[in-house]
Amino acid sequence: MIGALTLLLLCQLAGELLARLCGLPVPGPVLGLVMLFVICVARGSMPEPLRETSQTILRHLSLLFVPAGVGVMVHAARIESEWVAILVALLVSAVLTIAVTALVFRWVARWSGTGGEAP
Amino acid sequence: MMPRFGDVWVYLSATPLLWLTATLAAYVAAFWLYQRAGQNPLVNPVAVSVAALVAVLIVSGTDYPTYFNGAQFVHFLLGPATVAIAVPLHLNFAVVRRNLVPMVAALLAGSVTAAVSVVGIAYALGASRETLLSLAPKSVTAPIAMGIAEQIGGVPSLTAVLVILTGITGAMIAKPVLNFLGIRDWPARGFAVGLTAHGIGTARAFQVNEVAGTFAGIAMGLNGLATAFLVPLLAALLG
Repeated sequence: MIGALTLLLLCQLAGELLARLCGLPVPGPVLGLVMLFVICVARGSMPEPLRETSQTILRHLSLLFVPAGVGVMVHAARIESEWVAILVALLVSAVLTIAVTALVFRWVARWSGTGGEAP
Repeated sequence: MMPRFGDVWVYLSATPLLWLTATLAAYVAAFWLYQRAGQNPLVNPVAVSVAALVAVLIVSGTDYPTYFNGAQFVHFLLGPATVAIAVPLHLNFAVVRRNLVPMVAALLAGSVTAAVSVVGIAYALGASRETLLSLAPKSVTAPIAMGIAEQIGGVPSLTAVLVILTGITGAMIAKPVLNFLGIRDWPARGFAVGLTAHGIGTARAFQVNEVAGTFAGIAMGLNGLATAFLVPLLAALLG
């Protein structure tokens, strides 16, 4: 588990370094994701501790958003004065985004004859 | 002699222990409630924990920086968790490859819809310029969205809050919207939820189905990349 955690942190660190040194607009952790994926493909197999550690972290991903969410108290004044615009925009945009994404996914899957879960 | 409660409070409020524990305890309780409610998306564990913690902080007169001093250890894990998405991506690579064409099309359509619709609606309803710039990257996972907001002149900490509100909203409305549209396959459902509601949608998707969760995770990563290029471009175009 310590080894797996170290690997995750190393990938993130390498991603941060790459993003900063090359001035890429992409966040470091996303580059770290790509690197870890390449490592897994190159290795051909998934080490059991890495699988376990990652799945444990991802299962409780929503916990990790709580500290930033509590920051709502800092912006209470702004949200109070603009709450109609903010809430309507967030809600309508979420409905539109989910609908457009899912519909385009389905149309293109049918049109191109790809997609589906079973081989 | 018993130490006075006030002294204990002064000691505890100066260490990260108290608010770190409070964050985990609030989440454990909220997650229990969520399970008890049959994983009803309206009882979203992030929304419930945030509401409970804000109430406790206000009642105890604690400011956000003091709270965050303890909670930052949880916040920090967002980075390694983003990297960890490579694991389900690799494990489900065969399904992912089969859905590559629809994924790319849905990614482009979805990331443009997310940014343009939120800014357009908020602008029409008279939101301030700072709020608009902070709203633009709202469908992207927090660490990425905050970077984008900073780049285009938004307020990163406000963006973090808007991102979380988006995630909670997305996780709540996904099921009725997708059922209404008759979208049944897990790749399409997961991808739409992850693109719209980033990590909070992905967490919800993983609780429902592993394939959906994987596609949600991929959508979250890809939308992070796409939006990081798209939103600064749009902001430059609009001046």
